[in-house]
Amino acid sequence: MPNPLELPQGVLDLLLLKTLALEPLHGWAISQRIQTRTTGDVQVQQGSLYPALHRLERKGWLKTEWAISENNRRAKYYSLTPAGRKQLRAEEAEWLRLALAVSQVLGEV
Amino acid sequence: MSLWTKFANLFRKGQIQRDLDDELASHIEEALANGRTDAEARRSFGNHTNLRESSQDLKLLTALDNLKSDFTFSLRQLWKNKVASAAAILSLALATGAAQASFRLIDALLFRPIQIDSPERLHLFTLHVTNQDGSPGINDSCEYPFFRILSKAIENEAQALAISYPGRADITYAGTPEMEKAFFVYISGDAFPAFHLQAALGRLLTQNDNRSPGAHPVAVISHSYWQRRFAADPGILGKKFRHAENIYEIVGVAPQGFNGMDPGSPTDIFVPIVMNARGIDARGWTWFRTWLFLKPGASLQRAQQVAQAVSNAYREEQTKGFPAHFSSEMRTKYARQPVELVAAAAGYSSTQQRYREPLWILAILVALVLLIACANVANLMTAQTAARARELALRVSIGAGRARLLQLVLIESSLVALAAILLGASFATWAAPYVLGRISPSFNPVQLDLHTDYRFIAFTILLTLGITAIFGILPAIRASSVKPASVLKGGDSPHSKRRLMRALIAVQAGFCMLVNFNAGLFLASFDRLSHHPLGFKPERVVVLHISAQGNLPATDWDLLLNRVRSTPGVESAALATMPLIASDSWGQDVHVPGIKHPDRSPSFLGVSPGWLETMGIPLLRGSDLRTTDMHPGAAIVNEAFARYYFKGIDPVGKTFEIDGSKQTRKTIRIAADAHYQRLREPMPPTAYVPFHSSQDGVVRNPRQGGTIILRSSVPNALALFPTLRATIAQTNSRMFIANLLPQSEFIEIQSMRERLLAELGAFFAAVALILTAIGLYGVLDYGVYQRRRELGIRRALGAPAVHLTWRVSAQILAMLAIGAMAGLAIGIAGAKLLESLLFGVKPSDWQMLAIPLAAIACATLLAAVPPILRALHIDPAKMLRAE
Repeated sequence: MPNPLELPQGVLDLLLLKTLALEPLHGWAISQRIQTRTTGDVQVQQGSLYPALHRLERKGWLKTEWAISENNRRAKYYSLTPAGRKQLRAEEAEWLRLALAVSQVLGEV
Repeated sequence: MSLWTKFANLFRKGQIQRDLDDELASHIEEALANGRTDAEARRSFGNHTNLRESSQDLKLLTALDNLKSDFTFSLRQLWKNKVASAAAILSLALATGAAQASFRLIDALLFRPIQIDSPERLHLFTLHVTNQDGSPGINDSCEYPFFRILSKAIENEAQALAISYPGRADITYAGTPEMEKAFFVYISGDAFPAFHLQAALGRLLTQNDNRSPGAHPVAVISHSYWQRRFAADPGILGKKFRHAENIYEIVGVAPQGFNGMDPGSPTDIFVPIVMNARGIDARGWTWFRTWLFLKPGASLQRAQQVAQAVSNAYREEQTKGFPAHFSSEMRTKYARQPVELVAAAAGYSSTQQRYREPLWILAILVALVLLIACANVANLMTAQTAARARELALRVSIGAGRARLLQLVLIESSLVALAAILLGASFATWAAPYVLGRISPSFNPVQLDLHTDYRFIAFTILLTLGITAIFGILPAIRASSVKPASVLKGGDSPHSKRRLMRALIAVQAGFCMLVNFNAGLFLASFDRLSHHPLGFKPERVVVLHISAQGNLPATDWDLLLNRVRSTPGVESAALATMPLIASDSWGQDVHVPGIKHPDRSPSFLGVSPGWLETMGIPLLRGSDLRTTDMHPGAAIVNEAFARYYFKGIDPVGKTFEIDGSKQTRKTIRIAADAHYQRLREPMPPTAYVPFHSSQDGVVRNPRQGGTIILRSSVPNALALFPTLRATIAQTNSRMFIANLLPQSEFIEIQSMRERLLAELGAFFAAVALILTAIGLYGVLDYGVYQRRRELGIRRALGAPAVHLTWRVSAQILAMLAIGAMAGLAIGIAGAKLLESLLFGVKPSDWQMLAIPLAAIACATLLAAVPPILRALHIDPAKMLRAE
């Protein structure tokens, strides 16, 4: 397996928001989801998952509640707030524009 | 997360921690359940602690944690440098204590509002007048006929209230034989309702107690007097006491906190103004102050115009009674004296007028000493920070932020400030009453309410923050700008850091000089004043104040005097209307027919034969005075009188006229000059006239009695008191001793203000010198420590001792000299402001300049010698090896 990708600044937030847009998840599940979705190319960096989640929560984009996981364990579930959805739309559009611009440049070479 | 949640989290540290731990635990469990190893699962947390710190929820919590550990560390640091910390705390405590004490005194005397409803509406009626000597003055006393006209005319703008000066009166409670003293005030009955005051007990005075002169013998006592004198006895109502010819009944207790209008002399007993029956219709007897309590919404300007108009008309009328030789300009000037309604929310008193200026000067001295102390502590902390440079550099290199270093040093500073303030507060609790005691004559103590109120607490908090900012911020910035690379490498440029310290030394020297210079002026003034020639000999002279009930025949007084003269231990004795230098006076305008004289009135004093001898005032010419010479209408004048009114003509045998009456007096002798009322003025023209001055043989003295002046043959004249009291009690049942005081006490009172300034000035000068010396020592010592390598090398290369001494001290001493000179220059320039408080000294006298310079030079020498010796004894070999 090749080395996982280093995420550029800010992209982790976008991935987290997008992942949680479908359904509420707990921390472990979020990291697993990102890993499987990207077929292992993106691994959430050591020690950055929870600070990032807490940061998003503080910004009012995520809300949390304790619930029972599929493995019958108590876990803290994160889900998007309306503000979080708005942020996701904005960041998504931004990212797509950037990705398009970058691939255009690369295509020309 | 809302701000509230963040704030609340501060207090839910445990819960948040648990929440976080739970979350992490559940993460690991999930990972394990999905077949990962424990290590693999943990990897996604990274460092557990790091996670905790960077987790935004916990940011404040971390800050608090840091604060706690910095606090502990600071305490440890202060403890480690015990001596330096103690020196810093003590010097600051002294200075802040002095500041707190000054605040207590200044606030209580000058600023705390009178405790009534809307004190800002209180104004005092004053007249700007010209004193006898031509200087401008303020006259605040009124006569009742004028008050009546004014209060009617001004009633739309303000309510006029007459309130007399608090006098120490003799009163006797029913059932007790002893007379006692109480501050006694006549007050308009409607003052209490106007001020919206509620009685603590019984009732207060009202408009109804103001009806007819002498007909309302009721009294209200102050709350503090009630507690002090009667232990807050609820059965006090109805109690009777005698004052002069009236018997009053106590009808109520004033509310707590209202002690009359005179800060410094709180009133004990209030009686209706009309009870001073003789004063109600008396023209020319000014005996109370007129207060104007503005109506809500009324214009002060309008009130002022009305008051001016009433005053002009009244005084115009008065000039019609003036003797013919008064010029029309003098009359116009008299009638048009400008009225000023002075805002006096904090009351108005002679203590205020007398001590306003000295207190402000003390406050300035205190501020200077405080700044010196702050500069000292700043230097000390800077030096300590420099000595800790390695520790600080290490902190930076392992990841401490600049803010964190700033915080560390500021916490240390505020700990020092806090300790100093607490220590200072206890110093102030002692010092403020002490200062009050030093300005209190024994028979008329200055009393101020010095309780701790919100104003004092606010001041203390501001003071703490202020001094922390002054001495803490510089070292903190210094510490936070530490450069780890250069420090750990073994040293920065040694010069950069000392520039600031040197500047502080210059500032300190300047302030120290200023304090010393002013202290010198005050000490010299007090010295000159206390050695000022009096013109009489106060040693062993005792003043007996005799209260007499009613006007007694002259023979009663003579009999009393003879009894006193024959008392063992009495060398000589005489009668006088009042003692000399008692800040009491009796003046009448006079003129000598045919001679134009300066526009001022001489002082008068009624004396019996033997008075000049008892006081030790020599007669200049003529044979000895016989008893029969002192016939009514005779006068002995002093040299100044002869000079002023007789213009060099021999006055003996000539007469002078009393203006405004048909009376003439014949001069029988000339006496040497003696001070009469105030030591600070030139010898005043004085006429001594017979004590028994009236033709009908009755002594009429508005002061209700007189004084016996006696010179004792024993050193401790006060020991005669019991015998004298018994003698007088046996002689006449209508006379008794109201007071007995050594003459020297009256003279001390005159120089009390000067004594206070001299004592406190000397104290602050000493403190300033010590602090500056400590500061200088610290800076020199630090310089030597910092440059020890350089000095060692120079020594090794054979530099002579003089050279090293020069290198170590030259710049600092130059800064010191510059500072001191600047301080002296400011001092000389500022001394003009002190002129009214100085006596017999000029700021440009060479002694005034030389003494503070010498004091600072001595302090400098003491402070500089140990560090210089240390510099000379650096062992180069040892020094270089240690590095």
